[in-house]
Amino acid sequence: MMRDAADHKALLEAPRQTFRSLARRRFLRHRLALVGAVIVAAIVLMAVFAPWLAPHDPNHVNIMLAREGPSSGHFLGSDLVGRDVLSRLIYGSRVSLSVGLLAVGVYMAIGLILGCVAGYFGGWVDMMVSRMVDAVLSFPTLMLILVIVGLLGPSLFNIILVLGFLGWPEVARIVRGQTLAVREELYVLSSEAAGAPSSRILLKDILPNIMSPVIVNATFGVARAILIEAGLSFLGMGVQPPTASWGNMLNDAQSLSILETMPWMWVPPGLMIFIATISINFVGDGLRDALDPKLN
Amino acid sequence: MSDPVEDKKPVLSLRGLTTVFKTDLGAVKAVDSLDLDLPTGATLGIVGESGCGKSTVGLSIMKLIPEPPGRIASGEIIFEGEDLTKLSNRQMRSIRGKKISIIFQEPMTSLNPVLRIGETLSEVIRTHQRVSRKLAWEKSIDALDKVRIPSPHIRINDYPHEMSGGMRQRVMIALAICCEPSLIIADEPTTALDVTIQAQILSLLRGIKQALGTSIILITHNLGVIAENTEKVAVMYAGRLVEYADTAALFDSPLHPYTQGLVLTVPRLGARKEKQSRLNVIPGLVPNLLNLGPGCHFADRCTCVMDRCRRLKPDVHICDEKHLVRCWRYA
Amino acid sequence: MHTFIIRRFLISIPVILLITMIMYLIVNLAPGDPIDMLVGQQALTPSEIEQIRISLGLNEPIHQRYLKWLGQLARGNLGFSYLDHQPVLDRIAERLVPTFSLMFFVILVSYITAVPIGVISAIRQYTWIDYLATALAFSGISFPNFFSGLVGIYFFSLVLKWLPTGGLETIGQGFSMVDRLYHLLLPGLVLAFREMGVLVRYTRSSMLDVIRQDYVRTARAGGLSEWKVILHHALRNALLPLITMLGLSIPRLFAGVVIIEQIFQWPGMGRLAIEAILSRDYPVLMGLTLCTAVLVLMGNLLADILYGVADPRIRLSGKR
Repeated sequence: MMRDAADHKALLEAPRQTFRSLARRRFLRHRLALVGAVIVAAIVLMAVFAPWLAPHDPNHVNIMLAREGPSSGHFLGSDLVGRDVLSRLIYGSRVSLSVGLLAVGVYMAIGLILGCVAGYFGGWVDMMVSRMVDAVLSFPTLMLILVIVGLLGPSLFNIILVLGFLGWPEVARIVRGQTLAVREELYVLSSEAAGAPSSRILLKDILPNIMSPVIVNATFGVARAILIEAGLSFLGMGVQPPTASWGNMLNDAQSLSILETMPWMWVPPGLMIFIATISINFVGDGLRDALDPKLN
Repeated sequence: MSDPVEDKKPVLSLRGLTTVFKTDLGAVKAVDSLDLDLPTGATLGIVGESGCGKSTVGLSIMKLIPEPPGRIASGEIIFEGEDLTKLSNRQMRSIRGKKISIIFQEPMTSLNPVLRIGETLSEVIRTHQRVSRKLAWEKSIDALDKVRIPSPHIRINDYPHEMSGGMRQRVMIALAICCEPSLIIADEPTTALDVTIQAQILSLLRGIKQALGTSIILITHNLGVIAENTEKVAVMYAGRLVEYADTAALFDSPLHPYTQGLVLTVPRLGARKEKQSRLNVIPGLVPNLLNLGPGCHFADRCTCVMDRCRRLKPDVHICDEKHLVRCWRYA
Repeated sequence: MHTFIIRRFLISIPVILLITMIMYLIVNLAPGDPIDMLVGQQALTPSEIEQIRISLGLNEPIHQRYLKWLGQLARGNLGFSYLDHQPVLDRIAERLVPTFSLMFFVILVSYITAVPIGVISAIRQYTWIDYLATALAFSGISFPNFFSGLVGIYFFSLVLKWLPTGGLETIGQGFSMVDRLYHLLLPGLVLAFREMGVLVRYTRSSMLDVIRQDYVRTARAGGLSEWKVILHHALRNALLPLITMLGLSIPRLFAGVVIIEQIFQWPGMGRLAIEAILSRDYPVLMGLTLCTAVLVLMGNLLADILYGVADPRIRLSGKR
């Protein structure tokens, strides 16, 4: 592969710190990723400060004000039972973010541990983990999600659990591959020669050096989880009203008359899902370029 | 090959060639003001460490430098009287593969894996010659024969992965000679191969030169290869030319401290007689091309550095008529 | 090559069995009694309910029921729906064509449009074409498909009145290909929007990788025109991983299909799945699980086979 002399030389001399600042600089050059990061930060703030930002109680029902368009009291109008759309929109961010972060957190943890262990120790441990990975990946995932959530009962907790338990094989596979590659590196071999315990080697030598693709994958995973939760809630199998979720806010729009005549009820939540997802995807893309393994 | 070649008109002349690459950390001159002549029918070796810019020279001549990060910033490349830097890409296309061709270092990845080698060869032939598919196929078999591939009419149907590294490199050479170019650039053609195969490939190149009268630029970091295969040699360091002479003269009396160091680093059998227990090395590291000082690039590692060396870049000094060196010691 | 296919086939069987086993377990361990759904509003005495339970075999232990199900499966009998007592096989069969025609349409449209866009995006990297294509691709990936469905219906059906709001065909009209296509268009395009996004990104990245390869440089060094270099050398190699994607598109599309069929009242397998889950119709659920498991595995197998055929490095590995 072609590699110009300058990069080669620059890297021969670059200590680890420079890699991080190099990555940071490359990320900052990625305009879309920056915009995405800003928007994500804004959404996070919105979720955290929801009680202070929302003009009304999102669950407060007021039939008198139902189906009203945007007005001075309700910037985005009210829904079928008179709840303020804007407030529900703001609180909905909590649901989406918690699903995204928690589900990904769960499957990252599982995937990292299993993948690392499988890659490092090899042998029958590796075989077992790989078989499990293949088995779960062969599952028609959506069917499983629908069935479990549909049967166990729709709730935020269940969704997080299901996504967490179905998401780990992909991460485990990546982590395993990375661990296998890194295992033969000199710094690992020297730690082993020095007699360090396996746990220490895994934590100090291997883990920090395999995180790049994992971080990228996790970021995209958050976006995917948000979409799945929204879809499930839309179908009525996710977060149930009165709790506001961007997905279940769209549920009402399945009626054609609402779709046509009351756009304030379904356009804002749909747009929010889109904006949140695309921003996270941009950040993920920026991270992927910044942490490009070809320069690692 | 130790007779100094008579000064024939050069088939290729480089004047002040400068190729620059933009990196995340700044602009880098991979080749810096290079002046070089290649007499017709001679083999010129370009030698230097990894990263000294020698491969970039080859790519620059072919104008194959990838445009986003790199570009030929200034200078002239005069080939058979024409300045290549002034030619459009379209005009270059009728030169590449036909008048100048290049053999790359990595035979394992330089051939398209989904095409049969016959298809790869025929395509180049038909690009430059108006011949039928059938005739192109036959010419391809002929080319394979010239590079001494056994049973060429059978092997022409092979895919690259069905061949060994040495065979693939022969195919690359076949690709390079199939349209009978006047200049072949061989960029480290044997570095990725076993030593025994190296010898075969080099002998093949010599044979081709004899038969077709092609001029060759042989780029390598291996002094042994230079000694046995070239008539003239140019030594590069950190993008600049530091010495240029007839091969025999260079080995007999290397002038530049870097060249002297290089020649010394070649381990010799019988070193024990001279009471040497360690290998000779040139102390220090290749400099970061982003952080070059105003003076000679080799100043930090030079055993006989002078004050002037750090302040000014040395000019070219001509010793013994044909032996050029860039060093203040000879001013 | 043949041994490879046969081996994969044989491995698939225990995997499918495993999947159905787990599904059976989950489905039966869930809270909620199917009897409730079956009986509905009818007022029945406990003994009558008990009789129904026995007649359906719901009183037997779970592993026995599973084995019975397997036994019936071997005879080609998937049981009867709890909801309308129709054979499960029939119920699924009548849904196959709508779902498959939808998927086929989506795959056709998305591949034909996305691949050229991805290629152009790659060779004109960092130009406005690239940015536009990337923005569209990201939109496709990030738009929740139910939202695009709703937006699509809003604009094309309600505002512009160009396309119908759903359904397989116009009621009352006999079978007409044009009519079917007319109804297929909106749900198909909505699904294709996302698939195109995925494919454009994938093609672009594959193409970018290939352009950097040494053999592309060799082709240029031979004096070939840029067109030839891109089309003949780069594209041939960049398309290889895309072939694998073809096989993987099927399971991925199924996830989107479920939601889209719901919005567009499309009588396909996806809608059937949701109905079955909400009504605890176990036999239909099991039948659908089997179908989708087979779909996923077939998709993977197809992808591997196609790749093996297309890439001479794999195709000929048995030659020596």
